[in-house]
Amino acid sequence: MKSLPRLLMFIAALSLLGLFAFPMWSITLYAPQYPDGVTMYIWINKLSGSTEGTLQNINILNHYVGMKMIEPESIPELKYFPYVIYAMVALGLLVAIINKKNLFLVWTILLVVLCTVGIYDFYLWEYDYGHNLSADAPISIPGMAYQPPLIGRKILLNFTADSWPYIGGAFVAVSMLAGFLAWWLRRRMAPQA
Amino acid sequence: MKSSFLLKTIGGFALLLALSIFLSGCGKPTGTGGALSGDAASQVYVAPGQYDEFYMFASGGFSGQIGVYGLPSGRLLRVIPIFSVDPEKGYGYNEETKPMLNTSFGFVPWDDAHHPELSQTDGQTDGRWIFINGNNTPRIARVDLSTFETAEIIEIPNSGGNHSSPFTTENTEYVVAGTRFSVPYPQKDVAINTYAENFKGTLSFISVDKNTGRMDVAFQVLLPAFDYDLAHSGKGNSHGWTFFTSYNTEQSSTLMEVNASKNDKDYIAAVNWKKAEEYIKAGKGHDIPANYAHNVYDESTHMATSTMKKTVKVLIPSECPGLVYFLPTPKSPHGVDVDPTGEYIVGSGKLAADLTVHSFSKMQAAIEKKAFDGEVDGVPIIKYEEVVGGVVSKPGLGPLHTEFDGKGYGYTTFFISSEVVKWKLGTWEVVDRQPTFYSVGHLCIPGGDSKNPDGKYLIALNKITKDRYLPTGPELTQSAQLYDISGDKMKMILDFPTIGEPHYAQAIPASRIVERSKKFYKIEENKHPYRALGEKETKVERKGNDVHVYMTTIRSHFAPDNIEGIKVGDKVYFHVTNLEQDWDVPHGFAVQGATNAELLIMPGQTETLLWEPKREGVFPFYCTDFCSALHQEMQGYVRVSAANSSTPLKWGLNVKDPS
Repeated sequence: MKSLPRLLMFIAALSLLGLFAFPMWSITLYAPQYPDGVTMYIWINKLSGSTEGTLQNINILNHYVGMKMIEPESIPELKYFPYVIYAMVALGLLVAIINKKNLFLVWTILLVVLCTVGIYDFYLWEYDYGHNLSADAPISIPGMAYQPPLIGRKILLNFTADSWPYIGGAFVAVSMLAGFLAWWLRRRMAPQA
Repeated sequence: MKSSFLLKTIGGFALLLALSIFLSGCGKPTGTGGALSGDAASQVYVAPGQYDEFYMFASGGFSGQIGVYGLPSGRLLRVIPIFSVDPEKGYGYNEETKPMLNTSFGFVPWDDAHHPELSQTDGQTDGRWIFINGNNTPRIARVDLSTFETAEIIEIPNSGGNHSSPFTTENTEYVVAGTRFSVPYPQKDVAINTYAENFKGTLSFISVDKNTGRMDVAFQVLLPAFDYDLAHSGKGNSHGWTFFTSYNTEQSSTLMEVNASKNDKDYIAAVNWKKAEEYIKAGKGHDIPANYAHNVYDESTHMATSTMKKTVKVLIPSECPGLVYFLPTPKSPHGVDVDPTGEYIVGSGKLAADLTVHSFSKMQAAIEKKAFDGEVDGVPIIKYEEVVGGVVSKPGLGPLHTEFDGKGYGYTTFFISSEVVKWKLGTWEVVDRQPTFYSVGHLCIPGGDSKNPDGKYLIALNKITKDRYLPTGPELTQSAQLYDISGDKMKMILDFPTIGEPHYAQAIPASRIVERSKKFYKIEENKHPYRALGEKETKVERKGNDVHVYMTTIRSHFAPDNIEGIKVGDKVYFHVTNLEQDWDVPHGFAVQGATNAELLIMPGQTETLLWEPKREGVFPFYCTDFCSALHQEMQGYVRVSAANSSTPLKWGLNVKDPS
């Protein structure tokens, strides 16, 4: 019982590795011609789709309205975000070894801040793809932007777009909860100790 | 008095006349209308967006193709080009598939395709491949059911009409090919009336590789010159045997309708192919010079190659005791059908009053005790009484084919009396009969020639349509009728038109195919020598008068879409790679002045159209398959200059330079 907070801190640190096993976010487009939807998965280090051709198919659809090609090579975050996560895992393990209550909290707050920055960065990318349209677009509708929702559902012309956190995102949530719980339990235990 | 008699007489005549007019108005005898019971419509109704329960593959007969239908709706889903060119799909017109139709006679753009046969594993249809015979230029084709494309065609040497074919063994060890028309062996210039001495009939066994499906003529059995009509392989206890019907045991070669119909009994040839394998192993096969084409389509290069094979192994029955026996069977038997247990072999003597059923166990006992009635060319003839297992007495006129429901019943078609008759195996009693419209040939029960039939539906494949549909001039469609056979009595529930002339058809539960069905070809697996795996790889190369255009398609443009520097007299090869990686996004390619056809390129595929410009000018090309919102804009131009001009070779996409 006494070692539970520390165990939770280990869990918090290691959960982040789930980001390398599962996508953290998914965006699904539905249209009459795509009854099963076209799903793009956003990982910490790459983009993938429900089929191998998904990214190409999304790009084909997007080019009609002048959106830029989504090219994983041109998104630097996919290269350095993994290092941020590795650092957080290492830091988390260190914190667990040091086993100091306040460090649990500091680490958790740092994680929340990083996540907020990450989501804001995601929003900026979405904004850029949705608004920065080519003047040569075959289909041009004045006033129309194609920014997918940050979270939830939005109708964009003939498409319904769904954007939701995915399994990898759940691992981050687990990580935050475990880190917070580790701090909170240790604090409750502290007077008796 | 007199006048009243006259009045009565006239009145009587008038009444008689009126009555006869009324009677003549009654028209045809009743029972030919095929009235449907009230719930038939709901039984065959497949709601929009829903799938059918079965696939049915019906031969196109003289169309040379296979029509794929859904059951119970009867909806046509696809036509698979096999032995005949198909400009719609570019089959036989594009450079990749031309070799598929190569034969020892050269390029043959047509055939008469009769019997689709699904591959089986342990006697059950497995949904991997479907085979079909080409009758006129003896061939067997294999269609891959993950793509519904013809994957392989092999020509059959020493054959003159490949009718008793392909009819698989229970693990698709072999498909078979018996010659319907015996021909001189080896083929040579002889008088036709030397038929009996110079002609021979061959029964070929084509091995099928169990992993790749690759076919090879493993051996041929050389038999007397009869007409070998149909076949079926044994199953269960009779696995290892294949049965072929014959007619014209009279060995006539003219006015066959009379001269080949004289003998009381013809033969079913029972071939022990496991024994044949032993004889081949023992070196009894003669390597006979031959010349036949073997054409294989490679799914990774998206190209077919044709190779000529030069020998074939032949087994001669007189040198191979126990290889073949003849089972006497009344009156020119047509179909030979083996029941799901493998015990009963139904021989439909098409001119006989009764239906003859041989017993496999009796046949083996007869062979054991040598109950023979002489022999022909070294083939023992088993005594009729020693092999017959039962007779269905006076079931109808003109029996042709039998399939089974797996519940102990056989269903036989009768061409002349135009009906399907249900009878019980073992007791041989007729339990039901239903008319067909008209003159039924083959019938199909899903899995009806396998060990494991799905006895839910029966489809009658009719030869004559007459008044069944809206008239379309002298030539009418063929018809199929669907019967519900789940109850004691057969019930007709649907009547639908079919393409070409369907001879045989086979059906299979959809689930055995749906999950194997490919959605597109992976672009990174494309090994076509002229592929362009991205727009950066597109180019135009000149080699003398040959110009190779490496072109790509993606919604909604060609790359390149402007080409200059082509000259009159050039041979221009448009190698078009479809870069799409999505289901149901083919692109088409057509160019003005092409004298062949279009290309229809599936996602991930490369296809080639040969274009030989005859005049100077600028000619458009465009996408023929409505691919996207900007399909109409998917077009380009190719400039053709005089043969001696110095127009430089140039190509591009989004060309801004006005020079």
